[in-house]
Amino acid sequence: MPWEDPDQAPFIEFRNVTKKFGDFTAVKNLSLKIYKREFFALLGGSGCGKTTLMRMLAGFETPTSGQIFLDGQDLAGIPPFKRPSNMMFQSYALFPHMSVEKNIAFGLKQDKMAAADIEARVAEMLRLTKLEQFAKRKPHQLSGGQRQRVALARSLAKQPKVLLLDEPLGALDRKLREETQFELMAIQEDLKVTFLIVTHDQEEAMTVADRIAVMDKGELVQVATPAEIYESPNSKFVADFIGDVNLIEAKVTEKSDAGTRLTAAHDGFLIDSDQVTEAAVGDTVWFAIRPEKIRVTHGQSGPDAVNRIGGSVWDIAYLGGVSIIHSKTAAENVFRATFANISRIVEDPITWDDQVVFTFDRSAGVILAG
Amino acid sequence: MDEEHIPAPARRTLGGWLLIGVPYLWLLIFFLAPFLIVFKISLSQVAIAIPPYTPTFDLGEGWQAIWDGVTEFSVENYLWLTEDALYWKSYLSSVIIAGISTLLTLLIGYPIAYGMARSPQSLRPTLLMLVILPFWTSFLIRVYAWIGILKNEGLLNQLLLSLGLISEPLTILNTNIAVYIGIVYSYLPFLVLPLYASLERLDGSLLEAAEDLGCPPWKAFWKITVPLSLPGVIAGCFLVFIPAVGEFVIPDLLGGSDTLMIGKTLWSEFFNNRDWPVSSAVAVILLLILVIPIVLFQNQQQKMSENN
Amino acid sequence: MTRGPTWFNITSLVAGFAFLYLPIVLLVIYSFNESRLVTVWGGFSTKWYASLLQNDQLVDAAWVTLRVAFTSATLATVIGTMAALVLVRSGRFAGRSLFSGMIFAPLVMPEVILGLSLLLLFVAMDTARGFWTVMLAHTTFASCYVAVVVQSRLVGFDKSIEEAAEDLGCPPARTFFLITLPIILPGVIAGWMLAFTLSLDDLVIASFTTGPGATTLPMKIYSQVRLGVTPEINAVCTILVAFVTVGVIAASIVTKRQQAQRERDERAAFGAEG
Repeated sequence: MPWEDPDQAPFIEFRNVTKKFGDFTAVKNLSLKIYKREFFALLGGSGCGKTTLMRMLAGFETPTSGQIFLDGQDLAGIPPFKRPSNMMFQSYALFPHMSVEKNIAFGLKQDKMAAADIEARVAEMLRLTKLEQFAKRKPHQLSGGQRQRVALARSLAKQPKVLLLDEPLGALDRKLREETQFELMAIQEDLKVTFLIVTHDQEEAMTVADRIAVMDKGELVQVATPAEIYESPNSKFVADFIGDVNLIEAKVTEKSDAGTRLTAAHDGFLIDSDQVTEAAVGDTVWFAIRPEKIRVTHGQSGPDAVNRIGGSVWDIAYLGGVSIIHSKTAAENVFRATFANISRIVEDPITWDDQVVFTFDRSAGVILAG
Repeated sequence: MDEEHIPAPARRTLGGWLLIGVPYLWLLIFFLAPFLIVFKISLSQVAIAIPPYTPTFDLGEGWQAIWDGVTEFSVENYLWLTEDALYWKSYLSSVIIAGISTLLTLLIGYPIAYGMARSPQSLRPTLLMLVILPFWTSFLIRVYAWIGILKNEGLLNQLLLSLGLISEPLTILNTNIAVYIGIVYSYLPFLVLPLYASLERLDGSLLEAAEDLGCPPWKAFWKITVPLSLPGVIAGCFLVFIPAVGEFVIPDLLGGSDTLMIGKTLWSEFFNNRDWPVSSAVAVILLLILVIPIVLFQNQQQKMSENN
Repeated sequence: MTRGPTWFNITSLVAGFAFLYLPIVLLVIYSFNESRLVTVWGGFSTKWYASLLQNDQLVDAAWVTLRVAFTSATLATVIGTMAALVLVRSGRFAGRSLFSGMIFAPLVMPEVILGLSLLLLFVAMDTARGFWTVMLAHTTFASCYVAVVVQSRLVGFDKSIEEAAEDLGCPPARTFFLITLPIILPGVIAGWMLAFTLSLDDLVIASFTTGPGATTLPMKIYSQVRLGVTPEINAVCTILVAFVTVGVIAASIVTKRQQAQRERDERAAFGAEG
């Protein structure tokens, strides 16, 4: 993987980039390297600075300080219309007075490409995005999904060095969004272009991206592959932001080279983890464990049990493939575990108010600094 | 909404009918009926009587009398309009003056509307108010204000003389130039408002998309902003052109004796010559000339409201 | 549009507004001119305002104009609001296109045509011309403007509020007065003000439809303007301009305050909740 190779030259590099709007700092001294042919996602909530970061790369915003490089070239002072990147806008920004073809041809015309070449390229783009029969239509005569594909075709037509996608699927309904995610990935494989996507949808980021940068308040919190981000979040923020998680406040009671022993702050149960933490004995930390890594069985558990949380079933959400069981401890804390519905008919189903025990392995959770 | 697709309500109460009936009847009596009367009188002859035309109808005299009257109708007044060059010259010159003024208004109004649309959001209501405010002040006063500025010993000439830009006062008042200035000045808000509305609605990301695709800003203005503001341009131009064709006050106060405009001709035909039938015929023809732009304007307005 | 203004934008705005306002400002300044020569500054004086009050004809004309404007604006507001309701709420009915045509056509129709046609109507009806005929004429064209203003307010109106009232047992007519009217009231008031100033302003239609004893202020001004520019006219104009400007600005400040108050209230309400 290119990001694991220290000798690999980055394709896009943000170097100590800061962007202020008046008093508000949208991006704080941020450095990031993105490599050629990566499908890279900027993920974060609204106002975290992800869109500002992308717009600085496209040239619509100027960094207050810091530098941005693309393919070795410093982008400072280059206006958007001369940058070798193209953007797919969140609103699609299709020109309403031009047909689909004209929209796609627009960028090529700016490059003074020969008419025959433009025609060929437009046809290729129409084929790639399966829009052949809509070539003559105006944007208002298209469905949401079709518009999205026109926007994609238009921004890809110029064969940009980087394609920037600003919440590209936000306006589509769920099913269409999932289909389109796979289409995007296929197109990226096919064209071998570097894709940079901005999204607030963590599922989307995890589906499409090779690597994800999680952003919060203008800073990068974690940059890693989807699996790393999910399985080894580096902070409470990332653990909470990506997927569902039980966060347990706990105190470090013992530590060694083989693992760490924690005591839950409110319920008193013990946690045995194979993770070696930097926290000292006596420090308060957070233990994060995903609901699907917990097993649920009928039974009872004492307060000083290890990797066992006793409680009574407070709520069950039946989702079809899985059920989520909410169990309330004696100290009135609620923990969640998912329960795969493997059989159609269960002899002794877990139901409301049952006494249950949640158990998990030494390697199931992550210890995060407080 | 498309007129065709508006559903009729399931039931209409007496109140519902009254609601339609009152304004409808009012407009039929005070707007539509007068036109029919104008048309009727345009087919009559001038007479030294009160009212000064013949035939007049009195429903009390029965159908025979009305029929006799109808047989007296003639198109003589319309023939007269073609014989005397004054009339067709007035029509032509009205359309030309209105056309030139509309173009000038557009040239001055576009940068203003564009500047407004690009100004900070917080400032826009104030700017909008500043454009609308002159519209509330008397038209007559605004035209009158220009007399003091444009006349030979007026403020403009004083300024230019004192700056040494001219050695002799310019004659502007009582020329067509003064009429252009008057129309541009009076009708500028009518053009700026719809134009501003369409420019303000323009999605900024379209311009960014154009730039992103390699189009420099000045070119993006011509390729994106101008075509997309076209509905506003057309609406604004109609709002200036149509009333300007029939304008009376401006050519009368600012124009010269050789400034021919049909509104002025109609006025003097009516008040000075007291020839009601001919002035009615003048009005009918003016209306026919304006029907085309008015219908075009209404269609365009309807299309615009459908798109929103 | 989101991008900030360039120097070109600022220049065109400044030049544009100078063009719009300079003539009126000059007119106002020269109404305080000591000299009778309107274009030569002879020192500050308010004597032309004093001499206005002596001019009984002008004062009479002003009084007629105000009465016409008030009556016609009020009547036009009633008819125009009804027309707007018809346009937005009445659905389809026979002659709807004709109706909307009759609402919009007077907005662009040359005044000479409107004036002439109304005069000929009054002659055909054998009505004595004067205050009433001018008033009716002004009501007719002003109600079209009111209809357009109120219509724009009604279009942005959530119809389900009316439906809720009817669902709760309020008959349509009462719903209008209890629910619809209070909500569209700013539009109705704006319509009335527009109708009032249009009537105050009108020369052409009034000239056609008036009769003995009903000379309006614009007609008076017009007949004097034809004889030349005088400081008295400047003074009359200044009073009219001041009158309208104060009215419009006051109205906009009131609406702005209400809006600001509303926003504060909403913020406070949401703040209390969250």
